Amino acid sequence: MKRPAELSPRLEDALARWEGSTSRRDFLKTSGIFVLGFSGVGGIGVAGLGRDGSGGPGEANPYPDPDFLQLDSWLVVHEDGTATFYVGKTDGGQGTGTAMRQMMCDELDLAYDRATLVMGRTDMTVDQGGSGGSDAIERDALPARRVAAEARRVLLELASERFQVPVDDLTVSEGVISVASDPARTATYGELIGGRRFDVALTGRNVNETTGLASVKPMQELKIVGRSVPRYDIPAKVDGSLEWAVDVKLPGMVHARNVRPPFAGARLVSLDESSVRGIPGFIRVFREGNYVAVVCEREEQAIQAAESLAVEWEKPETAPFPPSEDLFDYMRGATPVGAGTGSSPRPREEGDPDAALADAATVVEAAYDIPFQGHTAIGPAHAVADPSDGQMTVYTNDMKPYSHRTGIAEFLGMPPEQVRVIWMEGPQLYGRTAADDAGFEAAYLARELGRPLRMQWMRHEETAWDTKGPAFAIDLRGGLDEAGNAVALDYRARIANYAHVGYNQADTVLIAQLMGIRPERPAPGGGRGPDEMYHIPNRRDETRAVRFPLAFETPLRTGNLRDPNGPQTAFAGESFIDEMAAAANADPVEFRLRLLRGTTEDDATFRRARSIAVVEAAAEAYGWDARPSPRAPGDGRTLTGRGISYAYRIQTTVATIAEVEVDRETGRVWVRRMVCAHDCGLVINPDGLENTIQGNLLHGISRTLFEEIRFDGEKVTSVDWRTHPTLTHRDAPEQIDIVIVNGDPNPDRPDLPHYGAGEPSHRTVPAAVANAIHDATGVRMRRIPLRPERVLEELAAAGI
Amino acid sequence: MSEVTLRVNGETHALDVDPATPLLYVLRNDLGFRGPRFGCGLGQCGTCTVLMDGRAIRSCMRPVSRAEGEITTLEGLSADGELDPVQQAWIDEQVPQCGYCQNGQILTAKALLDRNPDPSDEEIRQGMNGALCRCMTYYRIQSAVRRASEAMANGASGANGADAASGAGGAGREVDR
Repeated sequence: MKRPAELSPRLEDALARWEGSTSRRDFLKTSGIFVLGFSGVGGIGVAGLGRDGSGGPGEANPYPDPDFLQLDSWLVVHEDGTATFYVGKTDGGQGTGTAMRQMMCDELDLAYDRATLVMGRTDMTVDQGGSGGSDAIERDALPARRVAAEARRVLLELASERFQVPVDDLTVSEGVISVASDPARTATYGELIGGRRFDVALTGRNVNETTGLASVKPMQELKIVGRSVPRYDIPAKVDGSLEWAVDVKLPGMVHARNVRPPFAGARLVSLDESSVRGIPGFIRVFREGNYVAVVCEREEQAIQAAESLAVEWEKPETAPFPPSEDLFDYMRGATPVGAGTGSSPRPREEGDPDAALADAATVVEAAYDIPFQGHTAIGPAHAVADPSDGQMTVYTNDMKPYSHRTGIAEFLGMPPEQVRVIWMEGPQLYGRTAADDAGFEAAYLARELGRPLRMQWMRHEETAWDTKGPAFAIDLRGGLDEAGNAVALDYRARIANYAHVGYNQADTVLIAQLMGIRPERPAPGGGRGPDEMYHIPNRRDETRAVRFPLAFETPLRTGNLRDPNGPQTAFAGESFIDEMAAAANADPVEFRLRLLRGTTEDDATFRRARSIAVVEAAAEAYGWDARPSPRAPGDGRTLTGRGISYAYRIQTTVATIAEVEVDRETGRVWVRRMVCAHDCGLVINPDGLENTIQGNLLHGISRTLFEEIRFDGEKVTSVDWRTHPTLTHRDAPEQIDIVIVNGDPNPDRPDLPHYGAGEPSHRTVPAAVANAIHDATGVRMRRIPLRPERVLEELAAAGI
Repeated sequence: MSEVTLRVNGETHALDVDPATPLLYVLRNDLGFRGPRFGCGLGQCGTCTVLMDGRAIRSCMRPVSRAEGEITTLEGLSADGELDPVQQAWIDEQVPQCGYCQNGQILTAKALLDRNPDPSDEEIRQGMNGALCRCMTYYRIQSAVRRASEAMANGASGANGADAASGAGGAGREVDR
């Protein structure tokens, strides 16, 4: 028994608005963009049609790009006066969609509940790149605001013509325009343009610059921005009605599972298809190079076939990588990528760090180690691909649907116009779905088989083979003068980041690597030191990449993991600043403020001033008692302490204080309380911002205390939630206080920009926790993660 | 293949499937439910949770032939469009981020509160511990469990704010946390 495929509530809503429009046909005929309609094939039934409205299944190029220089591509006003917005972003659960809708409603002067927002469909929304870098609010919201403001301007002109009064004599409120001098004369947006095209060209050299003639409103006039509007996506996630990418079902759809090499770098010698032919529903085994997948009629059959397939693999002659116990020694001892070729990056230097260290009254040295960490998404990678009529439609939670589309088109050798990618909700994103392997696999297998196909990875596969955040080995030296002032800082890092995968590249996704495809120029895998505004006159900052014998077809493939490199570099940097403060017998907050105030030079965004503001705000909210760390550990079983960490990310500044309890018998660390002071400029939705910061902080605790991808000399051994522990309910803090500092130190500036908040607070967590443990115990934890057994070891070594 | 009878959300279904098939795939692929989702297939994360006679079980590990009681999925929690107090608390606290795991969080909380209507903070931590969230919404989940417990003590059977997402006025209803 099968239920007819259903549309997601959001698409259903968008479609209903079209179905209800009497002028829809006219709109379709003249539309310069796309239209919606029920396709003859496929259950999902949302088909993008051609520019002339005549396109559809079977057309040669049915999926062109919406033109960002047409107002109609961004915004449609319906006859009932409601509006639909179209943005080229995706939402990982941080409320990006709700915030975008708030901003666009504000600029258009429309009530929030009179608009809907469509995101991340390559055939319907302009290419804003999808998600990444926490840039939706900081960068992509600006053109969205400007086009909504432009629509309002055009509507005022239409009203001006209708009423034969100048625009200055008109007022707008919630989608209704009135004549100021004769308020009885009104027209709704629906009456003025409902169901028809604006036909207004925009300008801009690229999508980020898109603008009309109108200006956005000054922040003082924004009414919906700044309010905690409930997220529109939450009710359907709570009542079970949302259609996720995992839920897509198409007529005739089959199920696929991958069979991964059991050893990194293994070569497939042979496989025996007869081992699975007897499984009910078995359809086919696919093999190309070292890529192997099975396809069956039903999902559980495909799982069984993948487990049962007899494959002979040959181990590589050279060990692919060292075992994880030897990782940091290996990294420190390895020759860096590009060494001796003249192409290696030069260290960034200020002053003369070596001379300053030689002259320093006190020199502090420390080494920090951070292992590979995975995304280990709660739901393994998945996608559905539909090859009907020689086209390709991919339903996915890929956060960058546009590069997913071009990457898949290139991989399959299809023109991009014949491929479309439809983003739907999925398990987190955080960089994992910027190179979504499952979509490529589903599209490849679906085309080979000629049937719609659903791919999903298994747990062991996701934990072992997803993209990893790179491991770091970081050595620091610092110099203090007689008065305890920091005079030198020497930061040298090794990063295991060679051949870092790009965004949905046809030559770096896993299926391509296993098929033997190699990028022409693998990413060398660089990095840089911590982002802070400390004034230290003599500094060096050097990051060198290292590689393992196996660079491709490896489960230690690095990719972007939430706040790429931020938590690792800030762990070392902010732990070390604490070590210098302790050597100077200074309070950690006071020591940081002294370094931040060490210069009067300022930057355009007042980042230094805003850095000082968050450090002070965090200390005040926590009730920080100024004293040097550590405190004298008591005699009890539980030791408590507090630590601070500060960083900026792009333009957002953050300071976080962690208060920990350390159980000296079990080694368990509990972060009982967190205070986070955060400045990301203009706040769009305070509650959404708070939820996002809370997620960042807890994800940070998880990476600090638990997460590590482990491996022996031939394979990853972290394969599930037992071998790869994560934060659980019992580890959640008892109290989290978030202080939204956001203010503008420059009262003369006309506007306060909105900066990103999806990642900055994440990077402050590891050092805040490690500094708190030091405060509690006097023991300095320099290797992530801080699992109980390692804490016990360190406590024992220190005699605590 | 053989005939298997399943009772889900008050309806009886007769199915022709391999009795060893995990309940999860029957619920999702044969019956079209979206609440339970695949997370690990090992009973470790809770994403696939359903209630069986009010107890939270892992549908990824349970053969359909052994799903003998009354199964309730996330969809079955709300009756006649009225949300369960636990679901309403999830909306009021604006709990989910991506939301993929929240099926398991909500149903684990429902089973916990039915068993222990007034749990202490420690009992909430212990009772919810097996439900993993990789967006780490634990802090809000625990607040939502407390809120649901209070609402149930005050006699709430269901929701009055199910239209939270639509917003009431120009600025929309604001979150009241």
